[in-house]
Amino acid sequence: MTMDIELTVNGEQVRESVEPRMSLADFLRERLQLTGTHLGCEMGACGACLVLLGGKPVHACLVLAVQASGETVETVEGLSERGAIADLQAAFHDRNALQCGFCTTGMVVNAHALLGETPVPARDEIRDALSGNYCRCTGYEAIVDAIAETARKRASDAEASA
Amino acid sequence: MRSSDTRTISARDPHIGQAHRRETARRHLAGRGRFVTDIALPRMLHAAFVRSPMARGRIVEIDTSDAAQSPGVVRVFTARDLNPLCQPWTGTLDHFASMVSAPQNLLAEDEVLWAGHPVAMILARTRAEAEDACELVMLDIEEGEACVDGHAALAEDAVRAAPGLDSNLCFQTVLETKAVDDAFACAAHVVEGDFVFGRHTAVTLEPRAVVADFDAASGQLTVHHGTQTPYQFQDIYARHFALPESRVRVIAPDVGGSFGMKLHLYNEEMATVAASLQLGRPVKFVADRLESFVSDIHARDHKVSARMALDAEGTILAMDVDDMTQIGAFSTYPRTSVAEGNQVVRLMGAPYKMPDYRGRLSVVFQNKVQTSQYRAVGHPIACAVTEALVDKAAVKLGLDPIEMRARNLVPDDAYPFVSATGYSFEKLSHEACLSKLRDLMDYDALRAEQAELRQKGVYRGIGIAPFVEITNPGAAFYGVGGARISAQDGAVVRLTPSGEVQCAISVTEQGQGTETVISQIVADQLGVSPEQVKVTTGDTDTTPSGGATWACRGAGIGGETALRAGRKLQGQILALAGQILQSDPADLALAEGHVVDANSGTRRMPLAEIGRIATYRPDTLPEGADNSLTAAQHFAPSGYPFDFTNGIQASLVEVDVETGIVRLLKHWVVEDCGRIINPLLVDEQIRGGVVQGLGPALFEECLYDETGQMTNASLADYLVPMACEMPDIVIGHVETPTNDTILGAKGVGEAGTAAAGAAALNAVNDAIGPLGAQIHQTPMTPLRVLKALGHV
Repeated sequence: MTMDIELTVNGEQVRESVEPRMSLADFLRERLQLTGTHLGCEMGACGACLVLLGGKPVHACLVLAVQASGETVETVEGLSERGAIADLQAAFHDRNALQCGFCTTGMVVNAHALLGETPVPARDEIRDALSGNYCRCTGYEAIVDAIAETARKRASDAEASA
Repeated sequence: MRSSDTRTISARDPHIGQAHRRETARRHLAGRGRFVTDIALPRMLHAAFVRSPMARGRIVEIDTSDAAQSPGVVRVFTARDLNPLCQPWTGTLDHFASMVSAPQNLLAEDEVLWAGHPVAMILARTRAEAEDACELVMLDIEEGEACVDGHAALAEDAVRAAPGLDSNLCFQTVLETKAVDDAFACAAHVVEGDFVFGRHTAVTLEPRAVVADFDAASGQLTVHHGTQTPYQFQDIYARHFALPESRVRVIAPDVGGSFGMKLHLYNEEMATVAASLQLGRPVKFVADRLESFVSDIHARDHKVSARMALDAEGTILAMDVDDMTQIGAFSTYPRTSVAEGNQVVRLMGAPYKMPDYRGRLSVVFQNKVQTSQYRAVGHPIACAVTEALVDKAAVKLGLDPIEMRARNLVPDDAYPFVSATGYSFEKLSHEACLSKLRDLMDYDALRAEQAELRQKGVYRGIGIAPFVEITNPGAAFYGVGGARISAQDGAVVRLTPSGEVQCAISVTEQGQGTETVISQIVADQLGVSPEQVKVTTGDTDTTPSGGATWACRGAGIGGETALRAGRKLQGQILALAGQILQSDPADLALAEGHVVDANSGTRRMPLAEIGRIATYRPDTLPEGADNSLTAAQHFAPSGYPFDFTNGIQASLVEVDVETGIVRLLKHWVVEDCGRIINPLLVDEQIRGGVVQGLGPALFEECLYDETGQMTNASLADYLVPMACEMPDIVIGHVETPTNDTILGAKGVGEAGTAAAGAAALNAVNDAIGPLGAQIHQTPMTPLRVLKALGHV
């Protein structure tokens, strides 16, 4: 049995027929070849599969594709291509806040959501906000630094243009 | 001759030592990583495995008829179908005298030997369909008694962990100096402890993944494999499946974490290759997280009894150590499960002048997942035991832990030095590191603050742990034992027609920045910028054969290979330029993309012009001129058997004595990895390594019940270190290049992991010691801390 779903992914209308059990993560990766969304645990513990659903970060492994029907989904590819995370990407690159790159896309999606909610988070707040994103390579400090630096830059740019 | 140029690194190498950023990081940040898990090939099938639900048993019957009829299923394999395709493997090496291990093959034949042992393999159009069919395989296993505890396994009448074993002892060795018993007899003080180090595992965020693609028409097998050692697997696939090596290509694209876990051979990868050979179609296997926990190698699992003899002034006279390590039902292939324990007993007391030593190692089989090499092989155990005893001695003698170390560290002017366990150290810098650490952490102020807080019922602790790290193993390391594991590396460097540079090299990249480091080194030999050097890694068809990345050898051995290849090409370019410019090549050099006058730096011609002439107009060159702009170079380390490095770590913790929760407040590392090629990447290797050492000190443990079932095999139950629990890490450096190479770089990837746990253990004991409590087991869970405090 399959179900027809229709949703907006990275600004594009998508219509597909899927099995009800297919996760949003598998749908994005296998049907749409959006392989920037990664799978690390398939139980919502590692954060590698974070995407924006209706603008809010969700674990794409815990959402069924059919639940996303009628919704708007944005993945790291979409955020990257519309320039929404260019400063975060530059800060991560400059601070070497990634090694193998597997957690990175989920980290960036989460950082983007965090800075939307809390424009200038304290260091502890950043660490707390990342508490659902597992990284085995970096030890986290560089990631915290990169997010803090992006927040600082955004704040000072906003001040300069005010 | 420039190609035999041995001049050392200097200001003429402007990029070595600089914090160049990693270009590949941009791809990952845009979601454009290319991991094996992302690969989908035409007609590709997905594999899932039926696994033993119990730790030990005899297979009575496997009925796959319903599974074979399940939607989407193409084939179901059991051992009878698949194992004959593969030459069995045995995880022993000759230099570990008398070690034993049973041979292994793809799928369990008559007996299952751990909970998770693969029994049947399903190939279907989708992974979901393959998993559905797994549920339909009727598996009748007669449960047998499992061998779970290592000490019990050594009893004479203990059930054997695998068929064909005379005992559950895989390997035993004793290292001993002559005067060790005298040292203990004469000692003014003896301190001792029994330590337990739990099992933990790598938990790479990208699980193990492989896509095997056999094309029967051409006889070509291409394996896309998330591994750090593609050449090793090319050799294994060729030999175990009787294929010509030239028809086996292994490609390691982006690899989502490895840490030693992805260089071992696993049943599932081998079965995936076998299935592709059998079906002539691409087959993909990606371990899910549960499968990772019950089939990726585990690490550590040691029980250590140790004592240390000291004289009245606190000079360490000797250590006497007994390490029992439990490795699962088999020793891993091709590196064995003995190397970990072997390094434990050889690294004990390594930073100290200690003249005498006895170390006994027993490596024991049991019915659990195999253990083997994982980041900082053996180091965390040796370091934790040594440093815990040094701290106990300091308490006994009433000495400050820093003073205790200052009295015993091998002095910086005492090199070369041979340790009591037989390791030869070229040049280490323990005293300089200790002194730098003391300043970096403002030690005296921290002690004052600790004392002040103690008055208020706040229990803080400071732990110190110097360490020695084994890096850059020499050419004989595995080879002497008969393993086909290369300790040399190779590079091909070429100047392109437009004057840029490409370097294909055998060391591999898993995010540590190998490619960036290589580009910096090559750039300096050819007078270009690192951005103009394109580095290719991880493909056995397009790069020369070599050892790849393990044992912290990427920068030291891979870097030296790149340096020598770059200098060879430099010589070729200058020879050609000399002919074009009618100058003596000795008067020419390469800088800023040009051939320049060696003395004045005046530009003579662009490299792009050399590339253009050599490629498109060789007819204009003088008679006999060699227009080759490609150089190949291999390098096998010689001199000292290892490039040992050293450093020291400190941990500051706060223990909540009511809940047993340990909070990591801060961590410091002073490290000496020889020549630093890229300080940014070095520091991030250290930080990542430290957290990988703190994880098992506080959280990570593979828990088993008495029947051999792993009871926490998910990321909700197995605790990995997360951002909110980890401290900021302050790093300092001392730089002592090795004289064994031109480059002078040693390794750094495992340094953080080597001593972080030891520092944390000492810090916790420093915090709870005044309450009369001591903890000797990791992870130091809240419950274990409360037990140590006598609260439960």
